[in-house]
Amino acid sequence: MATAARKSGDVVLKLENISLAFGGVKALSDISFDVREYEVRAIIGPNGAGKSSLLNVINGVYHPQQGTIMFRGKQRRDMDTHEAAAQGIARTFQNIALFRGMTVLDNIMTGRNLRMNATFIEQAIWVGRARREELENRRKVEEVIDFLEIQHIRKTPVGRLPYGLQKRVELARALAAEPSLLLLDEPMAGMNVEEKQDMCRFVLDVNEQYGTTIVLIEHDMGVVMDISDRVVVLDYGKKIGDGTPDNIRNNQTVIDAYLGVAH
Amino acid sequence: MLYREAGQFKASYATDQQIFPIRQDRIAVAALTALAFVIVPLVADQYWLSAILIPFLIFALAAVGLNILTGYAGQLSLGTAAFMAVGAFGAWNFVLRVPGMPLLVAFALGGICAALVGIVFGLPSLRIKGFYLAVATLAAQFFVVWALTKFNWFSNYSTSGVITTQRMEILGFAFDTPRAKYFLTLTVVVVLALAAKNMVRSSIGRAWMAIRDMDVAAEVIGIPMLRTKLLAFAISSFYAGVAGALYAYCYLGTVEPEGFNLDLSFKILFMIILGGVGSILGSFLGAGFIVLLPIFLNTVARPLENLLGLSLPPGLMSNLELIVFGGLIIFFLIVEPHGLARLWQITKEKLRLWPFPH
Amino acid sequence: MSFFFEVLIGGLLSGVMYSLVALGFVLIYKASGVFNFAQGSLVFFAALTFVGLREHGFNSALALLATLGVMIVLGLLIERIVLRPLVNQPQITLFMATIGLSFVIEGFAQLLWGANVRGLELGIQDEPIEQITTYTGMNVSKFDLSAAGIAALLVTGLALFFSRTRIGRALRAVADDHQAALAVGIPLQQIWGIVWAVAGFVALVAGLLWGARNGVQFALTFVALKALPVLILGGFESIPGAIVGGLIVGASEKLAEVYLGPYVGGGIEGWFPYVLALVFLLFRPEGLFGEKHIDRV
Repeated sequence: MATAARKSGDVVLKLENISLAFGGVKALSDISFDVREYEVRAIIGPNGAGKSSLLNVINGVYHPQQGTIMFRGKQRRDMDTHEAAAQGIARTFQNIALFRGMTVLDNIMTGRNLRMNATFIEQAIWVGRARREELENRRKVEEVIDFLEIQHIRKTPVGRLPYGLQKRVELARALAAEPSLLLLDEPMAGMNVEEKQDMCRFVLDVNEQYGTTIVLIEHDMGVVMDISDRVVVLDYGKKIGDGTPDNIRNNQTVIDAYLGVAH
Repeated sequence: MLYREAGQFKASYATDQQIFPIRQDRIAVAALTALAFVIVPLVADQYWLSAILIPFLIFALAAVGLNILTGYAGQLSLGTAAFMAVGAFGAWNFVLRVPGMPLLVAFALGGICAALVGIVFGLPSLRIKGFYLAVATLAAQFFVVWALTKFNWFSNYSTSGVITTQRMEILGFAFDTPRAKYFLTLTVVVVLALAAKNMVRSSIGRAWMAIRDMDVAAEVIGIPMLRTKLLAFAISSFYAGVAGALYAYCYLGTVEPEGFNLDLSFKILFMIILGGVGSILGSFLGAGFIVLLPIFLNTVARPLENLLGLSLPPGLMSNLELIVFGGLIIFFLIVEPHGLARLWQITKEKLRLWPFPH
Repeated sequence: MSFFFEVLIGGLLSGVMYSLVALGFVLIYKASGVFNFAQGSLVFFAALTFVGLREHGFNSALALLATLGVMIVLGLLIERIVLRPLVNQPQITLFMATIGLSFVIEGFAQLLWGANVRGLELGIQDEPIEQITTYTGMNVSKFDLSAAGIAALLVTGLALFFSRTRIGRALRAVADDHQAALAVGIPLQQIWGIVWAVAGFVALVAGLLWGARNGVQFALTFVALKALPVLILGGFESIPGAIVGGLIVGASEKLAEVYLGPYVGGGIEGWFPYVLALVFLLFRPEGLFGEKHIDRV
């Protein structure tokens, strides 16, 4: 179980009254919630509840029509993807969004792109800063590769990997950016029990070793209740519950809408 | 047996990230370079140099340029020839109008002109994708050829925009024989090809491929869409522009804007499809293939003609060429979408294990 | 002012001819997501075959029927040989395959019939209609008007075919979602075959009209390039879009040539539609009638 004492950090991310619509379809209406430093924050809810949209709002893929986002003390109308990345927000996607034409190593190296400042001319000549940066960042990437135990597939094109490993590579790419806030969109979907256990371990290790704040979407209630510190529940784009796993388990609205009768 | 990397252990990331990590590859590349710089000039006659090797190298360079844009950054372009034209006319005008302009600097400036034009026509790529973008590049193709023909200033008021390249001289050495032109072309192409190889294995190359493979994910990682795409357009057009300058100076000598038409653009596109989309080596293989194919068809057809004692109607060969080109494109796209470069890679992988594949 | 209208009407009428070519693109794109670059070659091939057959002593009706047969067979062959093996490939791959296809068709057409420029007589003169000239003082070509009429007829026919028949419904289902269409038992390949055959037929009509107007020659294939901006304006998937886009391109390029051309030395017809389409794209990437696409991640 998570150690509650260490995890009572300050609020790093705060969403207030976020509303998002596509044409006439409301994806999110009037959502407010916050994320504290070092915690594992889960977002749950039925399909189509707006969970992924919420992550997309946090890192600037979608721009909400209403509401504000406060991240690291700065209040804004919406995020910009590039700025979000530069500020230390990384994420994985529900449907694996790896770069299929590239090897595992190159995929993870893209996670370091923001930290490489050599101009294309230096890179073309492959001297000085360009060469040094490639090597330094390679070292960092190898640390992530060791951490996630994927050394053996380093040079394999990601398209050839099985699903579970692809998910792991995607996590590696996000970790390579050394994020302070990590958004995980169903990191364990479609995995078997063993793979899920591995993934849980990695998520908790990231949280504990690097002190990374984690927001994750997950359908497996066992996993959610086990690893998260606080849980937000969405239904039809509205927030219907927010609290510790125990709170949520006993929340009647949540049980009616999503969890069903407790087993 | 020969092509085996067993026993070559990488002890540092530096050795693992060399441009050619496998020793046999390094030897092969060194041998090839020696062959191209030393043996070929000694052996090849004028026909081989002027009609085959020089155009091959120039097309390969243009194909490398297109491959950066289409193969690596994933932005389809049908306007390569237009950027070549800008490079050719740009270089020519710099030599003409700036006294004492060094030739290589003029080539580079021509390339930079092409890069600027490339950026302008690349701007729509920020909002549109796929063949919508292809149409945007077609606009470049037609507009540039029209502008070069209509505004006589570009060709110093010659009729229909024809230009004849000036005498080439670098540091007092005149490049007026096929052999000298071959050297010049070879040097430029080798240097730029190495630069391209370095770029595609650096962070800029990874950014291009990331955008090609999944643009949303690339943005989320923090790859700036605008800069990365426009840089692909600029660098690709620069390569095409330099290739265009070489095309005018080292290959044809006299060119007109119409010479850089849509057919030439397609030709370069075919080179990368056949050679390998997203492969620098493939650009060379494709260029070689397309330069040699018509010659091959001719050498096959002539004896056949004599043998059967009939005279083939004129235009038959050119039509046959069209059919063979088109047919090969379709064949490759169906059977091996990654082109000759992929076949080469498969061969290498087989060789690594040969003769004991298990 | 009447000069302006004359140019405008001339432009609109030639725009209808662009629409006709664009229509062939739209049909195939709708059904199979292929942007068929070879449509122009099909137009060329159809016109050349018709003229070639007539030279070999066929009378017009027979030549028309025979060409129609050839075009349908060709359409079916393309679907079978080129596109079926490429199902589920990226659109760009399909697009490049059709570029290759256009080379094959062009080479084959000229190999078969020779590369000479030929005239094509349809029995309609390209001359001003006297009544209109005397009445309004404007010159409106009889040929252009008839061509526009034929195009309108064809479009109406196709629209009816696709909205009223069983095949039409199946086609629209396929256009919406291949997998789902397959799942409810629509024979995908049969539909694709039909669409390619229809595209061959449309190419024949376009080929005859364009051939009669400009002569049957290699340059006919460039007409298809003009259809690209039409598609950008109208959207790749919309038949009304193809019509409206064609009219806009036809009218604007003629007006631009007449009113803008003199300032820059003329000949801007060649690129004006592209630049127009490009500027348009910047503001509305989905075209006039296309649907806005939302990226889901």
